[in-house]
Amino acid sequence: MTHQFPTLSEAQKRELHETALRIVSPGKGILAADESVGSMAKRLAQVGVENTEENRRQFRQILFSADDRINSCIGGVIFFHETLYQHSDNGVSFVKMIRDRGILVGVKVDKGVVPLAGTCGETTTQGLDGLSERCAQYKKDGAVFAKWRCVLKISDSNPSKLAITENANILARYSSICQQNGIVPVIEPEILPDGDHDLKRCQYVTEKVLAAVYKAMSDHHVYLEGTLLKPNMVTPGHSCPTKYSPEEVAMASVSAMRRTVPPAVPGICFLSGGQSEEEASIHLNAINNCPLAKPWVLTFSFGRALQASALRAWRGHKENEKTATEQFIKRAEVNSLACQGKYSGGDNYSEAGHRIFGSCHAY
Amino acid sequence: MTHQYPALTTEQKKELQDIAQRIVAPGKGILAADESTGSMAKRLNPIGVENTEENRRRYRQLLFTADQRIDSCIGGVIFFHETLYQKTDDGVPFAKLIKDRGIVVGIKVDKGVVPLAGTNGETTTQGLDGLSERCAQYKKDGADFAKWRSVLKISETTPSELAIKENANVLARYASICQQNGIVPIVEPEILPDGDHDLKRCQYVTEKVLAAVYKALSDHHVYLEGTLLKPNMVTPGHSCPTKFSSEEIAMATVTALRRTVPPAVTGVTFLSGGQSEEEASVNLNSINTCPLTKPWALTFSYGRALQASALSAWKGELSNEKAATEEFIKRAQANGQAALGKYESSGSASAASKSLYVANHAY
Repeated sequence: MTHQFPTLSEAQKRELHETALRIVSPGKGILAADESVGSMAKRLAQVGVENTEENRRQFRQILFSADDRINSCIGGVIFFHETLYQHSDNGVSFVKMIRDRGILVGVKVDKGVVPLAGTCGETTTQGLDGLSERCAQYKKDGAVFAKWRCVLKISDSNPSKLAITENANILARYSSICQQNGIVPVIEPEILPDGDHDLKRCQYVTEKVLAAVYKAMSDHHVYLEGTLLKPNMVTPGHSCPTKYSPEEVAMASVSAMRRTVPPAVPGICFLSGGQSEEEASIHLNAINNCPLAKPWVLTFSFGRALQASALRAWRGHKENEKTATEQFIKRAEVNSLACQGKYSGGDNYSEAGHRIFGSCHAY
Repeated sequence: MTHQYPALTTEQKKELQDIAQRIVAPGKGILAADESTGSMAKRLNPIGVENTEENRRRYRQLLFTADQRIDSCIGGVIFFHETLYQKTDDGVPFAKLIKDRGIVVGIKVDKGVVPLAGTNGETTTQGLDGLSERCAQYKKDGADFAKWRSVLKISETTPSELAIKENANVLARYASICQQNGIVPIVEPEILPDGDHDLKRCQYVTEKVLAAVYKALSDHHVYLEGTLLKPNMVTPGHSCPTKFSSEEIAMATVTALRRTVPPAVTGVTFLSGGQSEEEASVNLNSINTCPLTKPWALTFSYGRALQASALSAWKGELSNEKAATEEFIKRAQANGQAALGKYESSGSASAASKSLYVANHAY
C-alpha cells in the first residue's frame, strides 16, 4: 500500500487519456452496436427478420453507411466480435469504414453474465480468461476501446454486498488488463430498471454501487483519466406508480455521479436501458442542463435508443435501407444536441416515444 | 446494501450544506486555532512565554480581535475545547465574538492519536466515546463545525493497509456522528511530510488514503455535501533531495484530489503541515491557478502558517499585541487572495519564509 509499481508509462497514459477524450468530444457519444448473437435474435424477431449472420451484417451496414452527418455526433462505435470482422457489400471492412471517418472503434469483450451461487438471482460477468491476449489482438485489428457489462438488480434483498463487491472487482480487473494493452475500458455497472422502486431507491443503490466501483478501481491501480463510465441514469423502476419529470431524473442522476465519480474520469456515457429513444434523449438533455457542477462530459452510449426506429423502418427489406439509415442519423443528431443540453424535444414523439422495455433484459 | 434508512432529513442536509458553503465562500478559509494544551507548549516555549491558561487566552484574543479586514478572508475558526469557553478582557465569550462577525465557529473533537499495535509506529485517533453528546453540547454553545485529525506516515513499510482502513473508518464514524448533531465534519487524514520520499510517492499514498476515506464515508452513509476535507498538499518529504516548484506541487495535489474526491464535497481546506507561511500561501495560489478542472473550493485551514509571524511578534508582551494582530491579518489576507488564485508573493526572506517543520510533529 506504500510503494508504487507504475502500471503505465507516461506515453501509455497519454494515449489512453487522449483516446477517451476523443470518444467524448463535445457533441459526441457512443453508438452501442455490440449486441451479441442472442441479443440480436430478440431485436430481429421483433421486426420479423431471421437471425442470420448475413442479416446481422446487413443491419449493421445500415448503421455504418450513414453519411457524414454522424461524424460530428458519434465519437465511438462498440462492436460485437463477429461484426469487427465483417465487411460492407463493397468488401470494405466495417472497421475501416468507421475509422476512416474519424470515429473510434470499440469492442465488447465480456462473455456474458453467470450466476452467483447463494444469492437471490444475482450475477457476475465472465470473460477475463485470455483477455490480455484478446485485447492485444483487437488493438492490432483497429479497436482502441472496449466495453464490459455487469448487471445488478434492485429488489427487497438486492443488490447484495457480494454482488456489489464481486462486480466492482471484476470491472476493475477488466479495466486493468485493457489499459495494459492500450485499450480504454468503458466500465458498465448497469443497475436494471426492473421493479417498482422509486427514484430515491435507485439513486441510493447507484451511489453504493459506484462507490464500490471506484474503490475497486483505486485498489487495482486503474488510471482513471484513461477510462469511461457507462452507468444507468437514475430512474424509478419500471413498475413504479410515481411519475418523475426529466428534471427530477436529471437531478437524481447528477447527484449520484457527483457523490461517487472522481473528476479525473473524462466522461460518463449513459446507457439507455429500457427507455424509448425520445425519453433517453430528453433525459440526457435535462442531465446536461442540470445546474450542479458537472466536471465530466455527460453523453450517451445508446444501443436501442439509437437503433429502434431504424430497425422498425428496415424490417429486413432492401428497399427500406435508406429510410432506416435516415432514422438512425436523426437519433444521432438529436442525441448530439442532447449531450450539449441543446435539445428542445421532438416533434415526432409518437414514433420515437414507443416504449422499448423488455422485462429483465440480459442483452 | 439495498434499502436506504435515511440518516438525515432534507432540512438537516440543507443546514449542513449551507454551513459548509459559508465556511469556504469565495476568498475565505479557516483559521485553525485549535492547538491542544500540549501543542501550545511547543508554540509558546520558542518565544519564551509560559504555557498558562491565561497566556493561551491572551494569545487567542489577539487573533480574534483582529479588525473587520479578516471578515472577508476567514470563513471559520477551529477552537480547542478550553478556548471555546474563554472570554475577552471585556468578558465577551470568544465564540460569541467570532460568531457575531459572521465567522463560523468550529471545534476540535478528537482526543489525540493512540498506537496501532503490530504496526511500525502507526496510529489511529480516539475520541468517539460520548461524541454525540459532546457535539450536541458544542452545537448549543455556538459551534457549527468540527475537526478530527488522523495521521499517517510514509516510510518503507507505511502506511500499512490497517492504518489506512482504520483511520478511514474512524473518520467516517466521527463524520456520521457530527452530522446527526447538525455539525459539519472536517475530515483530516494528514499524511506527514517526514521522510525523504519524492513528490510521486506522496501523490501515490495520498490517492490511496483518500480513496479509502471516501469509500468509508460512503459505507457510513455520510452526506458529502455537508462535509469538508482537510488534506495535506502533495509535497516531497522534508528530507527529499529534489526540489519541486509550486506548480509541480499544485499539479500533483490537484491530480490526486481529482482522482479521489467526489465533486459533491463542498470544499477542500488544506493543512499547512511544516510549510512556512509564505510557502503555504504560494502553494495554495498555484493550486488555484492549476489548469485542471477543480469542482470544489480549494482553500486553507492553516494553523502555524497563519500564526507564526504573529507569535514571534508577540513574545508575550502586551505592547506587542497590535503588531502581532497585524501580522496575523497580513497572512489572512494573503491566503484569502491565494484561495482566489490572485496572490502575488512578496518573495522576500522575511519571517514568513521561515520553515515551520518540526520532525514527526504530533500537534
